Amino acid sequence: MSAITTLGHAGWVLRGNPVTVVAAVGAALLIAAALFAPWIAPYDPIASNVREALQPPSAAHWAGTDQLGRDIASRVLFAARIDLAVAASAVSLSFVVGAVIGSFCGYVGGALDRAVGRIVDVLMAFPLFVLAMAMVAALGNRVENIVIATAFINLPFYIRFARAEVNIRRNLGWVEAARACGDSHISVVLRFLLPNILPAMAVQISLNLGWAILNAAGLSFIGLGVTAPTPEWGIMVAEGARFITSGQWWLVAAPGLTLMLSVLCFNLLGDGLRDILDPRMRT
Amino acid sequence: MRLLGNIGRRTGQRLLSSVPALLGVVVLTFMLMRVLPGDPAVFFASGPSAGQEEIDNLRREMGLDRPIPEQLARYLLDIARGNLGRSLTTGQSVLTDLRQRLPASLELTLSALVIALGLALPLGIAAALRPNSIVDHAVRFVCTVGVCVPTFVSGLLLIYVFYYLLGMAPDPTGRIDIFAANPPDITGFLLVDFLIAGDMEGFQAAASQLVLPAFTMALFVLAPLARMTRASMLAVLGSDFIRTARSLGLSRRRVILTYALRNALLPVITITGIVFSTMLGANVLVEKVFSWPGVASYALDALLASDYAPVQGFVLLMASIFVMVNLAVDILYGIADPRASMS
Repeated sequence: MSAITTLGHAGWVLRGNPVTVVAAVGAALLIAAALFAPWIAPYDPIASNVREALQPPSAAHWAGTDQLGRDIASRVLFAARIDLAVAASAVSLSFVVGAVIGSFCGYVGGALDRAVGRIVDVLMAFPLFVLAMAMVAALGNRVENIVIATAFINLPFYIRFARAEVNIRRNLGWVEAARACGDSHISVVLRFLLPNILPAMAVQISLNLGWAILNAAGLSFIGLGVTAPTPEWGIMVAEGARFITSGQWWLVAAPGLTLMLSVLCFNLLGDGLRDILDPRMRT
Repeated sequence: MRLLGNIGRRTGQRLLSSVPALLGVVVLTFMLMRVLPGDPAVFFASGPSAGQEEIDNLRREMGLDRPIPEQLARYLLDIARGNLGRSLTTGQSVLTDLRQRLPASLELTLSALVIALGLALPLGIAAALRPNSIVDHAVRFVCTVGVCVPTFVSGLLLIYVFYYLLGMAPDPTGRIDIFAANPPDITGFLLVDFLIAGDMEGFQAAASQLVLPAFTMALFVLAPLARMTRASMLAVLGSDFIRTARSLGLSRRRVILTYALRNALLPVITITGIVFSTMLGANVLVEKVFSWPGVASYALDALLASDYAPVQGFVLLMASIFVMVNLAVDILYGIADPRASMS
């Protein structure tokens, strides 16, 4: 019964909010493109063909070719795999760690909570991209460290969010009931409170995915993480940047536009989810 | 007078309470240095052929054979003395390098902030005055898209349009044309130095180099500023004292600019601090796109060359700027809303 009313409510909200539907379709298309890249891509993303270098978009190469004659459309498709994988793993990592730390802080309260809250406040206001840069420098210039750095700069948002959500629920009746039934504190947090705040955190996840994609692409744009022949949006823009002053715009256009659209999709989806889950927050 | 005293006391308090944050960053950079791959002594030794004895000597000289707490104390002492180490790539001390390049970064960031505020405030006010009108929707669209465009893409787009297609902007490399004469080095801010020297031609040249990167960065932070202005203007415009001001027959201009805007600015000031911090990060990308000779591109080059002292110096510098900006925001807030500095 409740599932039906929730779906019905979601449907009602979606009908009044077609943008969210478009964003959801866009995000789904993007994920599908990443999954099926080897089957959809018309060319090998790494094979170079110098005779066809720097060709503008045409019927054969509908996003043009780069300085080594590689098909840009195919590269953009394959790049979606890396970019989405990095962003998704970073966001899941920070979601799991942040939700656990945040919930325990919100549940326990006291001095620990205040100390963590203070650290989170300072971290959130610090230039996070600089922090990510420094972390990659310290840990080593590898893709998995891009994931860790991106996860780390996302962490404060999850800690703060989970903390606030758990804090308002910690003394509710059903939490008391669980405690009265003899559940340990750890079990109350992990089995009851965490699942209860998940829907609210889904919004945060969608909003953060866009941000994580931007950060990961930014890091590889400045030469950190993913290295040269691998197709990745940030690197493709960085390589194409050399040709923009001579008018070869298509090297940057396709990866840049895809990057922008994917961030847009996840952001709009997050806003839409917030409307469905929490009508009070609507702006 | 009492207000000034209050602001002074508050500033002192804030300065004291920012010490732990700064200390935390210093310790963090030290820890980062400790986990950095490679032994610094090997790095500083004459070359790969350096003998074990030379490396051991260097380790002793650099204090790397001491316990870690002692090393941390030495590191803090070094920082207090202004010794941030030496850059292997430029061969100069990191402090000198940073001091030479900081004005370029600050000039860019501050101009971008001025541009962003100059665009965001009118847009936000216009959107708040007519909610759900075409203007409002247009502003919302610009904001939604604005946060999704990475600075390195919008920067390249601006270069393509204004340099390649229209030919309006100069070659997008550096702060000033390589053939142009530099102004006397007084403040390091080219615009200010040209003005002091009275060289209007030079001022124009420097300004035209600055416009594209500054706009790139401004577009990136336009959204949060405009959104906050709109939301806070809407809230203020709906309050009782605005209704009173209107019913008294005050001019529309006076109601909006004098009464509503002054009150609506408070949250905008707070978010400006956060925006500035975002801009310090975005600096890295924008400086790379426009080959801007600032601190961020300096740190980036050092980072890619595995030269770590400049990176640490850079992170420390960013942390100090960030603390100072937060302090400035606090003082501004106290001036804008005297109630804040009373409590």
